[in-house]
Amino acid sequence: MSLPAQQTDTFPKLLLGHAQQRPERPAIREKSRGIWQTLSWHQLAEKVAALAAALQADGFQRGGHLGLLGDNRPRLYAAMCAAQWLGGVAVPLYQDAVADELALPLLAADVTHVFAEDQEQVDKLLEILPKCPQIKRIVYDEDRGMRHYAQPQLVSFANFRKQGEALLATRREAIRAEAELGRGSDVAAMFFTSGTTGQAKGVVLTHAAMIDRARAAAEMESLNDHDVAVAYLPPAWIGQNMFSYAQPMVVGYCICCPESSETMLFDMREVGPTYFFAPPRVLESLLTDVTIRMEDASRVKRWLYAHAMTLASRVGAKVLAGEPVAMGDRLAYKLFDLLIYGPLRDVLGMSRLRVAYTAGEAIGADLLMFFRSIGINLKQLYGSTETSVFVCVQPDGEVKPDTVGPAVKGVELKFTAQRELLIRSPGLFAEYHRNPEATKAAKDAEGWFHTGDAGYVGDDGHLRIIDRVKDVGALTDGTLFAPKYLENKLKFFPYVKEAVAFGDGRDRACMFVNIDLAAVGNWADRRNIAYTGYADLAAREETHDLIADCVAQVNADLAKEPTLAQSQIHRFLILHKELDADDGELTRTRKVRRGFIGDRYQPLVDALYDGRTSVRIDAQVRYEDGRVGNISADLAIRDAKTFAPAQLKKVA
Amino acid sequence: MTLQLHAHARAFPIGGTIIEVQDVSLAFGGVKALTKISFDVREHEVRAIIGPNGAGKSSMLNVINGVYRPQEGTLRFRGEVLAGITPRRAAHLGISRTFQNIALFKGMSVLDNIMAGRNLRMHATFLEVAFRLPRAKREENENREAVEEIIEFLEIEHIRKTPVGRLPYGLQKRVELGRALAAEPKVLLLDEPMAGMNIEEKQDMCRFILDVNDHYGTTIVLIEHDMGVVMDISDRVVVLDYGKKIGDGTPDVVRADQNVIDAYLGVAH
Repeated sequence: MSLPAQQTDTFPKLLLGHAQQRPERPAIREKSRGIWQTLSWHQLAEKVAALAAALQADGFQRGGHLGLLGDNRPRLYAAMCAAQWLGGVAVPLYQDAVADELALPLLAADVTHVFAEDQEQVDKLLEILPKCPQIKRIVYDEDRGMRHYAQPQLVSFANFRKQGEALLATRREAIRAEAELGRGSDVAAMFFTSGTTGQAKGVVLTHAAMIDRARAAAEMESLNDHDVAVAYLPPAWIGQNMFSYAQPMVVGYCICCPESSETMLFDMREVGPTYFFAPPRVLESLLTDVTIRMEDASRVKRWLYAHAMTLASRVGAKVLAGEPVAMGDRLAYKLFDLLIYGPLRDVLGMSRLRVAYTAGEAIGADLLMFFRSIGINLKQLYGSTETSVFVCVQPDGEVKPDTVGPAVKGVELKFTAQRELLIRSPGLFAEYHRNPEATKAAKDAEGWFHTGDAGYVGDDGHLRIIDRVKDVGALTDGTLFAPKYLENKLKFFPYVKEAVAFGDGRDRACMFVNIDLAAVGNWADRRNIAYTGYADLAAREETHDLIADCVAQVNADLAKEPTLAQSQIHRFLILHKELDADDGELTRTRKVRRGFIGDRYQPLVDALYDGRTSVRIDAQVRYEDGRVGNISADLAIRDAKTFAPAQLKKVA
Repeated sequence: MTLQLHAHARAFPIGGTIIEVQDVSLAFGGVKALTKISFDVREHEVRAIIGPNGAGKSSMLNVINGVYRPQEGTLRFRGEVLAGITPRRAAHLGISRTFQNIALFKGMSVLDNIMAGRNLRMHATFLEVAFRLPRAKREENENREAVEEIIEFLEIEHIRKTPVGRLPYGLQKRVELGRALAAEPKVLLLDEPMAGMNIEEKQDMCRFILDVNDHYGTTIVLIEHDMGVVMDISDRVVVLDYGKKIGDGTPDVVRADQNVIDAYLGVAH
């Protein structure tokens, strides 16, 4: 950045900077009627200025809140910047929220003006309008179906902008001066956390915080104004906002808005992004898509693909990380790159990708490595709304499945005795909106943010997140016990569907396992192992051998991690039935309810710890039609192979 | 969302008569498909023709469209008598239609199928197109723009380049509507647009039909045997049974008509 600091301390100022430095470079593209329509930085700045003028004339106050309700649309991003231009706060809202869910944030944030994408969103706003009388104006982007609406609050985006353009023609200097009034310490945006526990909280972020984090990460990846990103996740989520608003504003790269969520994959191929973010579930569905399509391919292609993938999984990740690889493998990789990997990247719309991130939940090593092995630089990062996303990012060449990377420049990490991760960084949030108690609980006097995540930093300097603090316990010898971490490690094996770890307050960790009927069934078919159903398959000796191998591999991994080496899984059993939400064993979102399962299967847990090799279970099951039946079975309990800890070092 | 569009002020208020059918009779050999049918269609309205199977609904549509030539009676379009109308002439007059059994080019993409509907709007000659001369190029662009507008309108962006044969039935129906719309018709004849659809697809289709009527002011004549759907979206309904008209009027009037009830529910003899 060549501009002095006070000229780049807010988003509107950054925008004006780009309009001057790279007026003709593309800022935002949107596919409309089959053609990509481009808005250059100059055009975007003009548009934002016009909207700011119209908003000001419409009574939008400095410090006021502007709601944004819709998908990724250039006009909504422009509105976001226009609010900030006037010293206001942008409040992006989840577009798929139902009307009632919207009322809370709209009221809490005192939103006076809302930009809505289309009729669907307007309908929701009108429904809650009686509850939210402070809403003065609703600007809608798409005209379709809006002709019959006569509410005085409504105005179309086109008309609103025209009003602004007229004002801009006469008062350009005054409008421009509004943008100069902004300071980095002003609040830029408010994001509502998903609120799985209790009420959603409005996280207040300043320009300085967002710009600092956006810049730190952009420097780390040397992003430049020729980069291209696709905006396809909800803009109300801080991650998308960072990638499609804050970072482009800092760097000057171009973002592309797909036509709709259904066309996302096609659009991505057309755009060829160089910078990309995808949560594990998106990557998972991409991989499944590829796998299914390969199964339909001709024999020759399948053969080629299988060979290419074998090689890729052996050397691909090393090639990408720049590690030494045997000459023969290197040549073969080049050849397959021409034949398979290249075309595959192209189909995925990833042929120009330089940097891709994934975050949000634990990602399986196989999934991460699949993308890396075909030459896609997929990396993990760690962050949250309160920290403006970028806390830890894996640098190129240091990508590991089980870490989230070292702290990004400017971030300090420390841990409490309970191993809760505390963060101090310039990117931290200012406060929870109108919630001083929650703010105080989350951010202490010295400015450390309490994440609620438990983790540790390994010898390599990488942060590892193991679980939520409230779920983490300890073995009797004081060793950390992180059930979800152990369960996830095991669940990354395709054969394991669910796992439940026990160990808090006990002398060692043990595990219940649910096999994946499809995967293990397929495995059994190929080995001519006959079985009648889940319970039968789960009871087979061979299945136990299979799972024992998986557990042993998990233990081998754990042995390499000093902090967790003692929590290796000593014994396990395979449950006779699949854990089911109908039986209360899982939540509706398919998370295991560890406590409930522990109580329900108390005899099994006891057996795990008293050294028996088999245990009899009589259990009630509820069938789909509501009937209740009894299942009794003898479950075998196996000892798992454990490993001596690699080295016992004190962790920083 | 509600399907009660008509509660609002209409952008295109219902106007004068656009199609008038007078004493039309049609027979195939000894089989009388239609007997002395008279009704009118007003500009910008949604007019439904309903009736049990074999009541002569499709035949009626085929008469308006010029596929069948009635032995008796007259057909007027904007007051002008149409004697010996052909489907091509009907298309030139601004009458488009969809078919009960989808009639699309299965191997062609959605885009190309809808483009085919622009046929009447293309004037460049074969050679002009082959050499991409200015007029051909300009026309191509204009037509593509019109087609893209329809694609957006019907929310089928994601299947733009997909061959029609690979689409599920409900979407094929929507594409067919798009193809008919591409001709920018004044009157749109829809032959059982909702046949074989599930509830959700039917609701979608209803919304699109109403949107077309509302947005473009297109007069819509639709055949349907699902009474519920018809009553929700039509301004007026004609009821046929065994080739005869047994009812005509607003949905409420028709629903209460004893003849109609008998025809649909059967009657003890």
